[in-house]
Amino acid sequence: MRYFIQRLGFFVLSLMAAISINFFLPRLMPGNPAEAMIARYQGRLSPMALHSLELQFGVSNQPLWQQFLSYLNNTFHGNFGLSITYYPVPVMNVIANSLPWTLGLAGTATVIATVVGVFLGVLAAWHRGGVIDSILPLVTTFTSSIPYQWMALLLLYVFGFTLGWFPTAHSYSTILMPAWNGPFIVNVLYHAILPAATLIITAIGGWLFGMRNNMINILGEDYVVFAEAKGVKDKRLMLTYAARNAMLPSLTGFGMALGFVVGGAVLVENIFSYPGVGYQLVAAVQNEDYPLMQGLFLIISFAVLLANFIVEMLYGRLDPRVRKGGANS
Amino acid sequence: MTAVEKRKKFQGLKAFLSNGKARVGLIIFIFFVLMAIFAPVVSPYNPSDTNFAQLAAPSWRHWLGTTGNGEDVLSQLIWGSRTSLTVGMLAGVLTTVVAVLIGMYPGYRGGWIDNVLDTITSIFMVIPSMPLIIVIASYIHSSGPYVIVFVIGFTGWAGGARTLRSQTLTYRNRDFIIAAKLSGASELGILLGEILPNMLSLIIHVLMGGIIGGIMSEAFLEFLGLGNSSVISWGTMMYWADAGGAMLMGAWWWLLPGGLAIAVVGMSMALMNYGIDQVTNPRLNTTPKEKVRKSSKSGGVEVVKP
Repeated sequence: MRYFIQRLGFFVLSLMAAISINFFLPRLMPGNPAEAMIARYQGRLSPMALHSLELQFGVSNQPLWQQFLSYLNNTFHGNFGLSITYYPVPVMNVIANSLPWTLGLAGTATVIATVVGVFLGVLAAWHRGGVIDSILPLVTTFTSSIPYQWMALLLLYVFGFTLGWFPTAHSYSTILMPAWNGPFIVNVLYHAILPAATLIITAIGGWLFGMRNNMINILGEDYVVFAEAKGVKDKRLMLTYAARNAMLPSLTGFGMALGFVVGGAVLVENIFSYPGVGYQLVAAVQNEDYPLMQGLFLIISFAVLLANFIVEMLYGRLDPRVRKGGANS
Repeated sequence: MTAVEKRKKFQGLKAFLSNGKARVGLIIFIFFVLMAIFAPVVSPYNPSDTNFAQLAAPSWRHWLGTTGNGEDVLSQLIWGSRTSLTVGMLAGVLTTVVAVLIGMYPGYRGGWIDNVLDTITSIFMVIPSMPLIIVIASYIHSSGPYVIVFVIGFTGWAGGARTLRSQTLTYRNRDFIIAAKLSGASELGILLGEILPNMLSLIIHVLMGGIIGGIMSEAFLEFLGLGNSSVISWGTMMYWADAGGAMLMGAWWWLLPGGLAIAVVGMSMALMNYGIDQVTNPRLNTTPKEKVRKSSKSGGVEVVKP
């Protein structure tokens, strides 16, 4: 319970940090960039919309703490103002339309990369010095050094343009109407293959490498040697005795790994014109649509922080030492 | 520094170089650094010269072909290494310095400073850095490569700080630290004279992670058009190739070199990391002497056999 409250506290704290970054950044920047934006839209936006922008970006005479409180209030009610690109659509609507795409794409890719990477890492550690162990880490060393955009461009060029096996853009064919039926779902999956493959290929190496090293450390532990001596079967030794414990340190890096995948998703969505939050984020930046940009940053942070919190809860269940506070020493 | 310490350090270097992967990594990295330094000498043409045939495929005259604007791709690649490596190294050094300050000192000191800074580190570790970099870059208009260095330095230090802190904690109560304390060494003296030398390989590890992170982040921002696209770097090469429709015209020679160079430099860093792991974590050794684990797999506890 103490662990739960502690982690919940950290979740709330980091969320507050993300909100504060969002609030203070435009106010700290020289010449308040938001002010310039608002000045430019004078006469093109309704006075009410302008007024709310002024409140949001601190172009007002209110004291800072009052601005911050009303900003907090708006944020907790999901009120991020109106998007300028899609004026007068509320930022929240743009987010609601784009978030599912990113969650589906980055979420699935992360899960697949984690499972496959961890499994290959176990294999590499088990057959240490063997063929798998000498080839796999080298290959994944290269794949994990590849910038996301390069991998995406390469896949798009080879399998999209040259071979024509996969669609080159968007999340589904424009001739289809979105619906929960077989053909549409198949179409969506078909469009997701290349973007997801980009994220998976570039992310797998990190998991593999971390898992391999943890696994090798665990395999040297006395309890594993003892289990081996008493005749525990290889497979059981590998999976039940060693891999389960070796997996724990990998899980703690999950939050950071997820952050990287999100960064990759931003590039991948832009290259494949995939209508997720990353695509909208870059569009918002290019159009200097600060309300949309802030809203997207916050929702991306929220999603990553929440996922991290869930993994921590899971970690607490898997490793009693953490829950009881014994492992910190 | 005593003679023993010196020999120890030399041994570390030797162990590092005895690793084949690390040697290959070092050679690749040195190759790229030399390329950046001698760009004016080795580059066949002026990288901004647009007087060549547009979109020409690789040939003897243009080993990597030309861009849609008629620039020589190889020359751009060579000159681009200057910007990309410089930004990467500066960003790497900056993140490492911040990581040492925020990770090591409080880790050694303990107390409330440590608690506060550790919490801040945790927060920066989970807030997704790439979107944060985008947001910061969009507020700072006209972000040239050196502004990018600061943005990366501001966002990329957390992982390194965490690694260094946990290692510092293990030193805090060691005998030699206590001995130094009793002999009246100052806090800073202990930190720099006793702990830092022991953590050198880990710091280099963090530094290399920072360098490749810096190169990647620069390419990330430039590719999204958030940097200064008139600067020649590996990131802007990809940006212009993508924006110029290299893909539609099948100009793979324009599309691929920039990213490939980043991948190869990244790989050289990872290879050198193998060598450093070898020095810091002997269990990862796969030299014959250490293959006990493998032989013990056939059954029995051969680990104790001579």
